[in-house]
Amino acid sequence: MHPVLKLVVQRVALGLLLLLAVSAVIFLGVEALPGDTAQAILGQSATPVALENLREKMGLNEPALTRYFHWLGGVLTGDLGTSLTNGTDIAQAIGQRLGNTLFLASCAAVISVPLALVLGIIAARYAGRWPDKVISGLTLATISLPEFVAAYFVIYLLTQVFPIFQPVAMVFPGMGFWSKLHAVALPVIVLVLVVLAHMMRMTRAAILNVMQSAYIETAELKGLRPIQIIWRHAFPNAIAPIVSVVVLNLAYLVVGVVVVEVVFGYNALGQYLVDHVTKRDLPVVQAVGLVFAGVYIGLNILADVIAIVANPRLRHPK
Amino acid sequence: MTDLLDTMLTRARKGVMSRREFMARTTAMGVSAGIASALYGKVARADEPKKGGVIRGGIYGGESTNSLDPALAASPVPVITCSTWGEMLCDVTPDGGLDMRVAEEASSSPDAKVWTFKIRQGVEFHNGKTVTAEDVVATLKRHTDEKSQSGALGIVQGIAEMKAEGDKVVLTLTSGNSDLPYLLADYHLGIQPNGGFDNPTEGIGAGPYKVETFEPGVRTVFTKHANYFDSSVGHADQVEILVINDNTARTAALQSGQVHMINRVDPKISELLKGSPDVAVKQTAGRGHFVFIMHVDKAPFDNNDLRMALKLGINRQEMVDKILGGLGSRGNDFPINAAYPLFDDTIPQREYDAAAAADYYKKSGHDGSPIILRAAPGAFPGAVDAANLFAASANAAGIPLQVKLEPDDGYWTNVWNVEPFCASYWGGRAVQDQMYTTAYLSTADWNDTKFKNMAFDELLIAARAELDLAKKKADYSQMAQILRDEGGLILPMFNDFVEGVRNEIGGWYDDPNGELINGRALSRCWLT
Repeated sequence: MHPVLKLVVQRVALGLLLLLAVSAVIFLGVEALPGDTAQAILGQSATPVALENLREKMGLNEPALTRYFHWLGGVLTGDLGTSLTNGTDIAQAIGQRLGNTLFLASCAAVISVPLALVLGIIAARYAGRWPDKVISGLTLATISLPEFVAAYFVIYLLTQVFPIFQPVAMVFPGMGFWSKLHAVALPVIVLVLVVLAHMMRMTRAAILNVMQSAYIETAELKGLRPIQIIWRHAFPNAIAPIVSVVVLNLAYLVVGVVVVEVVFGYNALGQYLVDHVTKRDLPVVQAVGLVFAGVYIGLNILADVIAIVANPRLRHPK
Repeated sequence: MTDLLDTMLTRARKGVMSRREFMARTTAMGVSAGIASALYGKVARADEPKKGGVIRGGIYGGESTNSLDPALAASPVPVITCSTWGEMLCDVTPDGGLDMRVAEEASSSPDAKVWTFKIRQGVEFHNGKTVTAEDVVATLKRHTDEKSQSGALGIVQGIAEMKAEGDKVVLTLTSGNSDLPYLLADYHLGIQPNGGFDNPTEGIGAGPYKVETFEPGVRTVFTKHANYFDSSVGHADQVEILVINDNTARTAALQSGQVHMINRVDPKISELLKGSPDVAVKQTAGRGHFVFIMHVDKAPFDNNDLRMALKLGINRQEMVDKILGGLGSRGNDFPINAAYPLFDDTIPQREYDAAAAADYYKKSGHDGSPIILRAAPGAFPGAVDAANLFAASANAAGIPLQVKLEPDDGYWTNVWNVEPFCASYWGGRAVQDQMYTTAYLSTADWNDTKFKNMAFDELLIAARAELDLAKKKADYSQMAQILRDEGGLILPMFNDFVEGVRNEIGGWYDDPNGELINGRALSRCWLT
């Protein structure tokens, strides 16, 4: 078997085990929270009778282990179940929301990844000179800004001072592609600002690291232009660390943007998860947790594979 | 004065000032009613409703866990949603009267025990079926079912027998209740085909708008119910609720015109919003209130002198100014204010009095150990700040009050109704009887102060069946005074509804029954 294929198979198998462990941990975590779904739903208006009725209806009186294995059996047969709180089909709800999450993440990625690479290369080319300082200064400033502050700032600037975009970024089925793009413009801007610096700094550092090598000196001596040296000789050898940081940020764009979702009222997975954690709606929390863990594990496998493919030494191990 | 008049005329022209408000303001300025009316008629084409368009509301208080089942409605978005597609037997008007809807007439036996509701002819559900007395009975049955977990269970459980007779619904109560129609105006009780037994979450009712798209926690789209029985309601072709829980985004959406109205304007920014040319801030006195509750059966709160010391040791005006930003009014330690029918405004307002509080504290013989008040940020907006202000003013009177910060998570389970002294809130009810019965009757499920007073209970039962309003008012006044002087309730403030409305919205009026015109702003307003 080809070593890369073997590695992928190994990683996927390990990933599945990890997912199982994650589901158990999430279950335990939610169980450990004070109060149960019935209490969370009824809140201040809970009476003992109503609590008992609701628990009975939602099957909360079953022992925890029974509920967990019942859920696990469902998942293995492709049935995520229904939400305890409003009885909607979880797979369907997640499907739509995951689509929105991925749409927002891809929009942000399509802009931020190339931009970060280009800026990183420019910063490396002019290391220590003013373009480097300007780029580093600006991106460090944007990453230092908490997301919600950046969000409020762009809301103010682009909906009040210059009314170009709308502050509430909800997207609905049936919206055209361009109107969807228009709707998510503000969260995309915020996310780009947040993830740009990390990727750009890593690109710059990785390239500068390679620039110390002897073969770069050779390239310089044979009279190549600096930007050509970076593009043809330094960058290909700096890909591995850059890819792992890029993937880390992509994973963040999928699973970690709940604050941005809330501020812009964007109907994606993060908000959906938080609502259901508040109500202790275990089947939904489990399902979303699984999706998030899956995305994380999947992207990490991808990063490893790319790092290996990009590195001949790892590609052909002795 | 002419400047002021001009401003008001402009506002009337834009439709942001109702005839009622315009008349009240101008006559207060000394303009005669006749002239004011003529002025208004000249400018206010806006007062004639315009049909068509799409009205959008940006609403705080929706989650992706919400359902269309009215029995489960509890937070603002579901409540407003129910009020848009649902139609109750009757509505409560802003001045405390009844507006008959699905029922055309309500009458009772002299002891207020047997009620007859005549069902209006030709009211149609969204699915084309005609509303019958059987549907009404089925709806009430569904909410009285112990298994339904309906939020209206407490309201309808006093109905012993219900039956449909032709076009009439006859309800027999376990004991007389002269307020029954008010209770049946509750937002949970929209009439549904076969009571919603077939599919509780289908969202079919007889209201002015029917649900087109429902995405929990995101938005609800409604279209006009073509065969709605009342042409004076439901002006836009389509209305939408967008769930915007974030304060800043909600305000920005209003200012940029993405939505036409929002609820829960943050008191901190209401002044700033007033400066915006396209937006008006509407402030309506409501019945909701923020409270600190003591369990009167637990030490040290079983001592009325100590309770009195704490009641005198709170600075209510400071709370209204600092916690509500002035958008509210002082409470008087009973849960009723002028927004309720039959309110007695002669009961003296309790003031902050450090000296008297110190005297009562000394008289109580308390050992001087810290008195713990528990509060969480979610107990009510500004709860922790309010608790700290309370502690500061009480400490100044020599009362060793200490605030213990609790997490929001699990607050209503682990602290409220469990710990003897904590912060909480009430949303107010349709009538005084309902408020007292919910939380202050000895046997109440939610008696969160553990207040048990025979005289109070007897007055409450007597007032409930009383059809003579003067007597009823006297009973309520006496109850208020008992609760004020002996209860475990410290009620520093009633909060106003503060809402933002764009100028292109016409037909707005104030309604103390609930936020956004008691949840009806989308169906009562129009686009000018």
